[in-house]
Amino acid sequence: MTDTQTTSSTGTTAGARAHARAQEGTVVECGPTVPSTNHTGAPARVAPQDLVWAERVAGGNYTHKVLDRGVAVRLTDVQGDACASVLLYNAAEPFERLNVADTMKIQWQVYSGAGQVLLSDQGRAMATVVEDSSGRHDAVYGASSRARNEERYGDGQAHGPSPAGRELLVLAGAKHGLTRRDVPPCVSFFQGVEIAPSGHPVFTGSAGAGASLTLVTEMPCVLLIANAAHPLDPREEYVSTPLDVVAWRARPTTPEAPAWSSAPERRRAYQNTAEYLRARGLA
Amino acid sequence: MTAPTTAPTTAPTTGFGPELSRETVAPRAPWSAVLTAGQVLTIVDVDGNQAVDFLAYDAEDTSRAYSVQATLQGQGSVYLTEGSVLRTNEHDPLLTVVGTDVERHDTLGGACSKESNTLRYGHHTWSQHGCADNFLAELSKYGMGKRDQVSNVNWFMNVPVDPDGALGIVDGISAPGLSVSLRAERDVLVVVSNCPQVNNPCNGFDPSRAEMIVSAGTTGTQEA
Repeated sequence: MTDTQTTSSTGTTAGARAHARAQEGTVVECGPTVPSTNHTGAPARVAPQDLVWAERVAGGNYTHKVLDRGVAVRLTDVQGDACASVLLYNAAEPFERLNVADTMKIQWQVYSGAGQVLLSDQGRAMATVVEDSSGRHDAVYGASSRARNEERYGDGQAHGPSPAGRELLVLAGAKHGLTRRDVPPCVSFFQGVEIAPSGHPVFTGSAGAGASLTLVTEMPCVLLIANAAHPLDPREEYVSTPLDVVAWRARPTTPEAPAWSSAPERRRAYQNTAEYLRARGLA
Repeated sequence: MTAPTTAPTTAPTTGFGPELSRETVAPRAPWSAVLTAGQVLTIVDVDGNQAVDFLAYDAEDTSRAYSVQATLQGQGSVYLTEGSVLRTNEHDPLLTVVGTDVERHDTLGGACSKESNTLRYGHHTWSQHGCADNFLAELSKYGMGKRDQVSNVNWFMNVPVDPDGALGIVDGISAPGLSVSLRAERDVLVVVSNCPQVNNPCNGFDPSRAEMIVSAGTTGTQEA
């Protein structure tokens, strides 16, 4: 018995507990910093006590968070091959969600970038892109599917070698009670697609390591992020590298902000959100 | 809201096998049907430049809904034309475009709604009829709801993308009597809103009729 105990530290509950507890502090490349106030990579202007989320999302992985309104979320393509496929849901009524068709059509612009408002299907501003050093984004092609990744790479399962963005978004949404039915078209940041006048897509890919994009929530939201190879990435091998997410308490867009009046369509979207939040007692 | 009427039996045939049904969808009305695999739905722009907003679902599992993004991933253009395959969010083929008189159809513009009209045109449009209400009303007949309404196809609608990324609904390229034909690749629920929009040129500022012809299909047309 003594020999067994010395060769297997997990042969007893006490040993298993000690073994489990000894694992804390293992240094890994990806995962959350908890508490996020300990994170040291935020912009200098952000006070540590305002940090609410700091996480490095592995390539082929996902994350998700319920966010108050007025939270700034900075996404960074750490090594140059991240692709952040993003969905937003109204935290109080999750059947109100990001509508990429309305986001493009209402703002008369197919490309995402600074100043773009991410619009819900209820004519409201969910979030605003306030900074963008990448300029390579795509709201037309979105995320890959399991079946297509199986065709292209041999596998598309969420925890396989070449996860499909949709499979990751489905898992992220499931943590908030959402089902496959609730995962609509998304916007994908850091991997660009241009649309030629003929209608043909031109994949422009990444802007390189270190590109970042910051959005600010305009209403309490559930944010889902899948970090997976873009569906139009032409490379034969599946390439997906880490994505940094850092979020802090900031301010939603208000009538004094230039963004509020940047276009009549956006102004009315902000007004609709403000009206909704006031009626609900949320603002 | 639906007010289908029977069209004259002298109307031309579609060339996709025996005609099973023919209904006229009134201006601004919704419509739906379950197509059996192999059947062909022909949508006729009766009066010209009438956007027909269109959703489709796997009839056996309606969580497998039409997805614009999956559809575009499977083809080389953001427009739909002959040979285009409409796919579900899981990449399965739902319908194939087996004929079209109009060069291209829109995938990007989505549906109009009273909510989005307030952003696009102003709050004075709030009381107007939009496609989202048609879709929700028609989906409710199948026990489906808002979560099932995803970005849709707009048959006969013209949405160019400029080199700077500007896109918009502009004057149509369709004409009276032009049609598009879709072959069901599995049993498919199709839901249509004959677009009521009056604030942009998608319906020539005058919503008009659409005709829905279901044909039995012909053999030997798989994988157009």
